Amino acid sequence: MELVYTRTKTLQEDKVSGFCPGCMHSTIIKLIGEVLEELDIVEKTTLITGIGCCGLHMDYVDYDEITAPHGRATAVATGLKRTNPDRIYYTIQGDGDFAAIGLGESISAANRGENITVIFVNNAIYGMTGGQMAPTTLLGMKATTAQNGRNAKEHGYPIHMCEVLNQLTAPVFLARCSCNNPQNLRKTKDAIKKAFINQIEGRGFSMVEIVTSCLTGWGLSPLEGLDYLEEKMFPEYPLGIVRDI
Amino acid sequence: MAKVLMKGCEAIAEAAVRAGCRFFAGYPITPQNEIPEYFSKRMPEVGGAFVQGESEVASVNMVYGAAAGGTRAMTSSSSPGISLKSEGISYAAAARIPMVYVNVCRGGPGVGVIQPAQTDYLQATKASGNGGFRMRVFAPATVQEAVNMTYKAFDYADMDRNPVLILSDGVVGTMMEPVELPPMKSDDEIERIKESKKKISCIGHPLGERVWIKPGVWDTIMWENINKDAEKLYESWADQAEWESFMTDDAEVIVTGYGIAGRIARSAVEIARGQGLKVGLIRPKTVYPFPYKAYEMIDYSKVKAILDVEMSIPALFLEDVKAAVKERCPISTYLRSGGNLVSREEMVSRIKKLASR
Ligand SMILES: Cc1ncc(C[n+]2csc(CCOP(=O)(O)OP(=O)(O)O)c2C)c(N)n1
Repeated sequence: MELVYTRTKTLQEDKVSGFCPGCMHSTIIKLIGEVLEELDIVEKTTLITGIGCCGLHMDYVDYDEITAPHGRATAVATGLKRTNPDRIYYTIQGDGDFAAIGLGESISAANRGENITVIFVNNAIYGMTGGQMAPTTLLGMKATTAQNGRNAKEHGYPIHMCEVLNQLTAPVFLARCSCNNPQNLRKTKDAIKKAFINQIEGRGFSMVEIVTSCLTGWGLSPLEGLDYLEEKMFPEYPLGIVRDI
Repeated sequence: MAKVLMKGCEAIAEAAVRAGCRFFAGYPITPQNEIPEYFSKRMPEVGGAFVQGESEVASVNMVYGAAAGGTRAMTSSSSPGISLKSEGISYAAAARIPMVYVNVCRGGPGVGVIQPAQTDYLQATKASGNGGFRMRVFAPATVQEAVNMTYKAFDYADMDRNPVLILSDGVVGTMMEPVELPPMKSDDEIERIKESKKKISCIGHPLGERVWIKPGVWDTIMWENINKDAEKLYESWADQAEWESFMTDDAEVIVTGYGIAGRIARSAVEIARGQGLKVGLIRPKTVYPFPYKAYEMIDYSKVKAILDVEMSIPALFLEDVKAAVKERCPISTYLRSGGNLVSREEMVSRIKKLASR
């Protein structure tokens, strides 16, 4: 029988997913793996993981990895890329990591135009630590540290990282995608590919924000999670290419 | 080789370049600004990279990255900035990443004063970050020592795969002295050093030969074993402590201090000897590992007192001196802080008092 689909070679063999059922991280790992294989850069690539559920990527991929302190992945990537400019470096970071504790590192690396690729997974909550409020948490959305829901008076408003970084001159590519259906999956993969091609061509800082669910943190079933994405998350975080130069 | 007149901070930076350091990231803070300034000019000349980080936290993590990529890398700061660096230092110690960093200590706590002090002793020697790791800590008393120690620090970092700290102070960092600079490592040599780390550097590898840098794991037994390996490393340094002993054989009073306080103390000891006083000096050059042996070699039947001199109130170095002396003789202190230097004259008068006991 003809083999039409298989796992990418970028994954550790015999690893069974430990992500929560319905989590989109496994899909993201797969998409990145496919892009690395298609661009034939697996053996040149190092993953810099943030701290959070993104950190779990290290347990599944089979290429080089270094764990950065919480929020510092773009700083760690800066040091790596500046000293090995012909190698490929990408970070994977959650919203707490990229947009709260690491906000300074994130904006500064983007502003310097570091020639790196950032995959920013926005699930609007702190997944790993059990569902606390994130800077991206929607107004009214419940979190373990905002039990009556986020309110603007006390907590301010959700932060839009694509738009924040779009204020800067240096970044070359900023896109917001999702993995909620096959069509968006396709677009996400294209965006990831573009972000890596930019790095290969030495063009500078690229960031792909992937809006996902966190079913455990949100307390929703997989199908409810998909609805929530469409009804609540996408209106706040509109999908699309924000910058491509 | 001919000597050149150089400022401590610049000499440290040049020594690092000559040792093959090809990445530096740092954030401005007095009294160490000359280190990043020097690197910013020097790195492009030697094909290295300099980044002014957006903070000490970012800078140390850039260095953690660069070092994990196989390049000899360094950062520097002064006291409050060093506290911020503790995150990256702890990660480097956990993941066994070689890196060198310099603390040009100023007076603390808090933002304190920009003038020289030795108030970071316990942080430097006992807990430069969370998690109970250890580092070799060198304490230069002259610009020449700062140069030699920095040059060597990169070899130690690579050999141990562990961070190394140069614990300097605002005097050594900002004064100018004639120094003999160590030889410049050739590009070939530097490439060979990087090449030798290829199998453990984050540069991409064929599948199945992955480099996986782990500053933490899920498996508790694995982590305990990692702790045990690190402990073995730390214990292996025990007999590698370095110090200066001066005229201790017949001494009735022994002055002890490290770094700039130790250097001023030596000068006081020379003056007191000139006045016929039986006085000697012990000056640790490594403050971790601590040179306990230096204090074992003292003839305690002759010694009336030990005088601990340091630029810290409360005394911090004293804790290690006490552990070394083990109550075999009284220990007296002469302390200044707040950016004020210890005075040679005051030391001599205190030596006199102790000798006449
Ligand atoms: C310095 C530091 N502070 C806090 C933590 C605890 N911590 C681990 S993961 C995490 C939240 C991560 O949330 P996010 O970045 O949104 O990622 P997610 O788990 O949702 O993917 C926190 C706060 C830590 N590991 N280090």
